[in-house]
Amino acid sequence: MKRYWLLLNNKCNWIFILLVWSAGAIANAPAGSAYNMTRGATELSHKVYNLHMVIFYICCVIGAIVFGLMFWSIIHHRKAKGATPAQFHGSLKIEILWTAIPVLILIAMAIPASKTLIAMEDASKADMTILVTGSQWKWHYKYMEYPIEFYSLLSTPRDQIENNAAKDDLYLRDVDKPLVLPTGKKIRFLVTADDVIHSWWVPDFAIKKDANPGFINETWAKIENPGIYRGQCAELCGKDHGFMPIVVDVKTPEAFDQWVAEQIAEQEKAKAAEAARGLMTKEELMELGKTIYDTRCAVCHQSGGEGLPGAFPALKGSVIATKDKPAHIHMVLFGKPATAMQAFGKQLTAAELAAVITYERNAWGNDTGDLVQISEINAALSAGE
Amino acid sequence: MSQEHSQSIESANTHHADDAHDHKPQGFSRWFYTTNHKDIGTLYLLFALLMLFTGGSMAMVIRAELFQPGLQFVDPHFFNQMTTVHGLVMVFGAIMPTFVGLANWMVPMMIGAPDMALPRMNNWSFWLLPCAFTILLSTLFMEGGAPAAGWTFYAPLSTTYSNDSTAFFVFAVHLMGISSIMGAMNIIVTIFNLRAPGMTWMKLPLFVWTWIITAFLLIAVMPVLAGVVTMVLTDKYFGTSFFNAAGGGDPVMFQHIFWFFGHPEVYIMILPAFGIISSIVPAFARKPLFGYESMVIATASIAFLSFIVWAHHMFTTGMPVAAELFFMYTTMLIAVPTGVKVFNWVATMWRGAMTFETPMMFAIAFIVLFTIGGLSGLMLAITPADFQYQDTYFVVAHFHYVLVTGALFGIIAGVYFWIPKWTGVMYSERLGQCHFWCSLISVNMLFFPMHFVGLAGMPRRIPDYALQFADMNAFISIGGFLFGLSQLLFVWVVFRCIRRKGEKATAQVWEGAEGLEWQVPSPAPYHTFQTPPEIKSGH
Ligand code: HEC
Ligand code: HEM
Ligand SMILES: [Cu+2]
Ligand SMILES: [Cu+2]
Repeated sequence: MKRYWLLLNNKCNWIFILLVWSAGAIANAPAGSAYNMTRGATELSHKVYNLHMVIFYICCVIGAIVFGLMFWSIIHHRKAKGATPAQFHGSLKIEILWTAIPVLILIAMAIPASKTLIAMEDASKADMTILVTGSQWKWHYKYMEYPIEFYSLLSTPRDQIENNAAKDDLYLRDVDKPLVLPTGKKIRFLVTADDVIHSWWVPDFAIKKDANPGFINETWAKIENPGIYRGQCAELCGKDHGFMPIVVDVKTPEAFDQWVAEQIAEQEKAKAAEAARGLMTKEELMELGKTIYDTRCAVCHQSGGEGLPGAFPALKGSVIATKDKPAHIHMVLFGKPATAMQAFGKQLTAAELAAVITYERNAWGNDTGDLVQISEINAALSAGE
Repeated sequence: MSQEHSQSIESANTHHADDAHDHKPQGFSRWFYTTNHKDIGTLYLLFALLMLFTGGSMAMVIRAELFQPGLQFVDPHFFNQMTTVHGLVMVFGAIMPTFVGLANWMVPMMIGAPDMALPRMNNWSFWLLPCAFTILLSTLFMEGGAPAAGWTFYAPLSTTYSNDSTAFFVFAVHLMGISSIMGAMNIIVTIFNLRAPGMTWMKLPLFVWTWIITAFLLIAVMPVLAGVVTMVLTDKYFGTSFFNAAGGGDPVMFQHIFWFFGHPEVYIMILPAFGIISSIVPAFARKPLFGYESMVIATASIAFLSFIVWAHHMFTTGMPVAAELFFMYTTMLIAVPTGVKVFNWVATMWRGAMTFETPMMFAIAFIVLFTIGGLSGLMLAITPADFQYQDTYFVVAHFHYVLVTGALFGIIAGVYFWIPKWTGVMYSERLGQCHFWCSLISVNMLFFPMHFVGLAGMPRRIPDYALQFADMNAFISIGGFLFGLSQLLFVWVVFRCIRRKGEKATAQVWEGAEGLEWQVPSPAPYHTFQTPPEIKSGH
């Protein structure tokens, strides 16, 4: 009895109990706590959260017991207190006990974990499918059931990243075009990549799936509530790995259908406008070209066209960008296989391609005076690689 | 075997026949040509200390950049080079060579051997290391910079999408691998053949036991690393497609091969530390180690299990669910023998008569903080939860708890424990305690909050982050700088001892210390146990 009283009477023990408690309190703060795993927005993410909390508490209890005993011993069994050392040095019974008890705890943990895992990996009977493709450093979403596909790029301006402008609330977390999904449907994601390995991670769905080039991974989510959910690439994928966020805008099924209709109409309109577009002036080309260059090419070739020696070639003064125009067009349209230079022919519209190539041939002192027109791009595209 | 045994003793003896009175060449040639296990041990330790500070200064660059959101000091490409080279230097340049250095110094003395069994190879395996790291670090100054694909160098980022530093990196890794394998062979041969008469297996100090198991792990997995870096090289330069889907290969296969090396590798970096702690705790508790046999069995089972858990680093790669379940169960299982070790240490303290000199302080910190790392490892083993933890700062917290407050604290504890034996003078206890408390507080400021930023969703290996992580990161960086500064104290303590400033140490040094190494005078003479010692019964 007296010993137990001592346990609570001791300053160190109190500090320790306080520590464990506060660790628990931090982690157990209601969902939305800034410093714990999110509970998320799907049934499975709730389960994952619960697993996380249970194993966390188990760890706290184990820690409290082990460290409690250890500190007890440190306080009481010290030479300064006149302790004389006991000489025991083993006990088979105890060894078996502290092997068996952890095994039992682990089995108890493994059962719910296995169940959740099996559910998470069952992507069958989905209501709709999205193909997610990572490439340096953007995501591409393709709706398999609808004629909709687009790239999704970081929208934080360079100025904020370089500390020349105040950072807004969504610094590094926002994209130009979010993935839009309906609630209440089982959505299957097929995840792959064009170049290196990326990883598509949306914490609220408890989904993190590697995007492996040349292979397709499967995962799924059924989202309960409308809202905006944010995530990030979770596999080092090169220089701008930290700058490829994911935004998912989840709408009610009705709002989603409406969005689909709008998208399709908009795409038709844009296509028609581009087809009708004749010759572009140099100003038009240069202006559009600069925007496209800064958002799509500058990550590698740098905004001054100077490139990164050893990794990405300079375009300023380069042979291709100052002399050989067909080669330049070919490079941008079809990329160069087995390098980081992607084929932009499929990523950009003909007008954008014409503009960005024009821009590269006239900016930074590359004053070739060349203009590239939509018709040339279309001709090159239909000629093929 | 017995023939080999007598031969190696003989050759060691004839070689040193003329310098029996600690007569040795001086200056450069002493260190360059040395075949003495103590000299080579010293070289390893000093080299590792240099690498610790090299890798450490890269960590300071990383923490400076992450102090605030936005890009302040370095560009993202250089940031990736820093994380990559930091990891490589710490793993292959700091932790592993320190353990080899400690083995060189202590194993022959602990088993009553005159030297390592293969002294010339010993010299070579050390001198390969400065070559390897010169090559690796030189890439920092090349066009395009150093490797930037992470210390795990996943293909195809390290193949098709890397620059020519890859070739240098591969060559450097080969040299490190050869060095490690030779070091491991040497330790195995020494322990098998040069034990003093009567030094039976079950009398070996645990440091020797953990090292022999580590040495087998090294021999088993370093060739796997050599294989995988060679495949990277041929994929990049010679048109093979091991990891290239377009040519029929598979990038995930890279990860399987890498982690088949990588997981045993993490145990290579902790088992010798277990051995050190198992020497220190009984000495300061003045009580025999609890459960010696179970410690040996636990170490062996950890080593065995470490070969069948590798894919727990790959839960998000899209393995079949059966494989995920298998690796979840084996990973959970490996926590059991690890737990047994911790319980045994606590039981060793129980009802001892403890004193708390610096080695003991670091050993206690090791037990607590390593256990925290083990517990977060257990959380990571729960596959569905790992999907959320994987590649976040939670993992960074986990492996720094096991590697910094585990392996490194174990090493520091060992250095304080043995440095009186090496130099013949006691380190300054006041400075030692000061170093301990500074390290303890700052290391937790540095790594503990990382658990929480990780859970909150901050990925690892990013140079810039969203605003909600800002406060925590500033705090972490401050902890990082303080931890870096604290280690200067350590250097000060060590160099005071090297310059023989301090009280003279007795042969036994510590009241509760037991074992052959404490029977030779301090500092240990250049040659010890030229004639094998007599072993008392009991361990
Ligand atoms: C992910 C990085 C990346 C992005 C983004 C990128 N490039 Fe490239 N680009 C490269 C690399 C790498 C090469 C060099 C390929 C090689 O090995 O020849 C290259 C080569 C080129 C060349 C040939 C340069 C020469 O002198 O050989 C041109 C022209 C070019 N890119 C244009 C563009 C345009 C236009 C864009 C934007 C629409 C763009 N690039 C976006 C990486 C990139
Ligand atoms: C109780 C025993 C342990 C368990 C159950 C465990 C479990 C794990 C798991 C599951 C991961 C993968 C995390 C992820 O990437 O999602 C991991 C990562 C890691 N562990 Fe452990 N671990 C244990 C002990 C150790 C020890 C002793 C060390 C080294 C001394 C260590 C070093 C590492 C390292 C370096 C990584 C990260 C590798 C990387 O991705 O760069 N772990 N651990
Ligand atoms: Cu990425
Ligand atoms: Cu592992």
